[in-house]
Amino acid sequence: MIPSIPQPRALKLIYMAYIAVFFVYLAAPLIVVTAFSFNDSMFPSLPWNGFTLDWFVNDTAPRTGLFHDGRILESIWISLVVACLVTLLSVAVGTCNAFLFERHDFPFKELLYLAMLAPLVIPGVILGISILVFSNTLINWLDALFGIEVEALRPGLMLVVLGQFSFIATISTLVIAARLRKFDTTLEEAARNLGASHWRAIRTVTLPYLRPAMIGAGIVALLMSFENFNTTLILVGPDAPLTITMFGRLREGSTPVLNAVSLFLMVVSGGLAVLSLFVQRPENESED
Amino acid sequence: MNERKVGLRLGFYLLLAPLALWLTLLVLLPQIDMLMLSLRVKVGLRQYVTGPENYMEFFTEPLYWNTFLRTALMSVAATVATLIVAFPVAYYIAKVARGRSKGLLFVLCLIPFWVSELVRTFGWMILLRESGVVSNLLQWSGLSAGPVEMLYNDAAIMVGLVYASLLFMVVPLATTLDSLDDSLIEAGYDLGGNGYTVLRRVVVPHAMPGIVSGCIVVFMLTLGNYLTPTLLGGKHSLWFTEQIYNQFITRFNWEQGAAFGFLLLLLSSVMVWAGLKVSRQSLAGTLG
Repeated sequence: MIPSIPQPRALKLIYMAYIAVFFVYLAAPLIVVTAFSFNDSMFPSLPWNGFTLDWFVNDTAPRTGLFHDGRILESIWISLVVACLVTLLSVAVGTCNAFLFERHDFPFKELLYLAMLAPLVIPGVILGISILVFSNTLINWLDALFGIEVEALRPGLMLVVLGQFSFIATISTLVIAARLRKFDTTLEEAARNLGASHWRAIRTVTLPYLRPAMIGAGIVALLMSFENFNTTLILVGPDAPLTITMFGRLREGSTPVLNAVSLFLMVVSGGLAVLSLFVQRPENESED
Repeated sequence: MNERKVGLRLGFYLLLAPLALWLTLLVLLPQIDMLMLSLRVKVGLRQYVTGPENYMEFFTEPLYWNTFLRTALMSVAATVATLIVAFPVAYYIAKVARGRSKGLLFVLCLIPFWVSELVRTFGWMILLRESGVVSNLLQWSGLSAGPVEMLYNDAAIMVGLVYASLLFMVVPLATTLDSLDDSLIEAGYDLGGNGYTVLRRVVVPHAMPGIVSGCIVVFMLTLGNYLTPTLLGGKHSLWFTEQIYNQFITRFNWEQGAAFGFLLLLLSSVMVWAGLKVSRQSLAGTLG
């Protein structure tokens, strides 16, 4: 079934129709979420009562809009802080790992590489509970040994950051290592020959070359952290990031303010997607 | 020269440190700790012994292993369904579409996955609920006399799971199919094969690596999914990650929850390992 092989017309039409239906299936949930954020009704469902911007801008209950809903705004802020921390950590550790695996040979390298991939095959819920269990063990242990209580190890934002970092670091490592692999090391040697120290050569030649991959990995990390649910759900404390707040509201059954939040999320992630395409464009032709 | 060697060694250990800290503190030790906790049995106030009772509880309580089995079987079904839905689309993108539309269709497949899973699931809730879009469409078209509740059943969970997994199937499939030379398909027809035999003997064998890596990733993600079954399946979704969450957060029975977590991890790892063995691929090749 390729264009150069003649096929019955009916079969071709059925195939085209299937592809069309597939894309409708793909787009349907996103379209309804968007559409109902403008519905002048208390519930995100039919009937359609006309267009309104209340779910974005209205400032009085029960029709509190997104920009006046304190709890949602607060959790957006929390998500943003968490995402920035996770991104910084993941890109920094990912860059170190890339240099370690691409530039060094050492015993058990293969094994360590596999261990580095492992967080991707551990379900998020399990990463969450294992970190919760371990931090609790640490608390008891520190308390018994030194009589100190480390509040930071209780469920809360620090654990959320660490939990998300534990698997996002793998992804940023893969992205950055893939680019470092394609780096022409003679460029670095040239810098050394011209009198640069090892560190300076890396800083002025190699790191600028890696920058698109680091930014790309950063955007992916930001997005994955912002949208993470499974690991966060287990490790969250009193300060809830956006996905947790939204989940709570979804279960209670909520006003279309949730659609407004969703649209906001879509715009943000769409923007980031475009940005990442833009950053990685020149070299991306042969990759993936 | 010697000084340089010392510098290199130092650099190596500096690069190794973040990786070692990350993998030990956030992955290895937590998993071991979770395993130990799952083997701990409470016999009195703050008194514990080591024993397999938490695992015995799993096998003797039908609700637990039924949920486990159900989650595993539905994950397999969702994986197969995703493969069937995604294959024609991936084939279309790789082999039928030409030039600009090829890239465009591929990007269209990616877009929904930049959006949070929560938002996508919310979209499905709006579509499928009793007062939702599909129900209204059915009534409007006369196919149904009254409102139809399509949420909170296994079919709804399935629709959501397949939707959530499509990207991870389409991308590896499209990539492997893209590398299949058209002339091989033409040769298949020249040698007298019909559409079905060419598909079975030429296309599918070539796409096997993509099929396997897609299936592994989809199965793993589905097994560990929490959002989709809870929101689309409602109270009776009976998903194993929910059991883990309940034991940990609601019932505060961490020992039991840890045992469940370990069982889920075991199932997930065995399936990934078996998939790789059957297809003779490596984890590094599949993920990297």
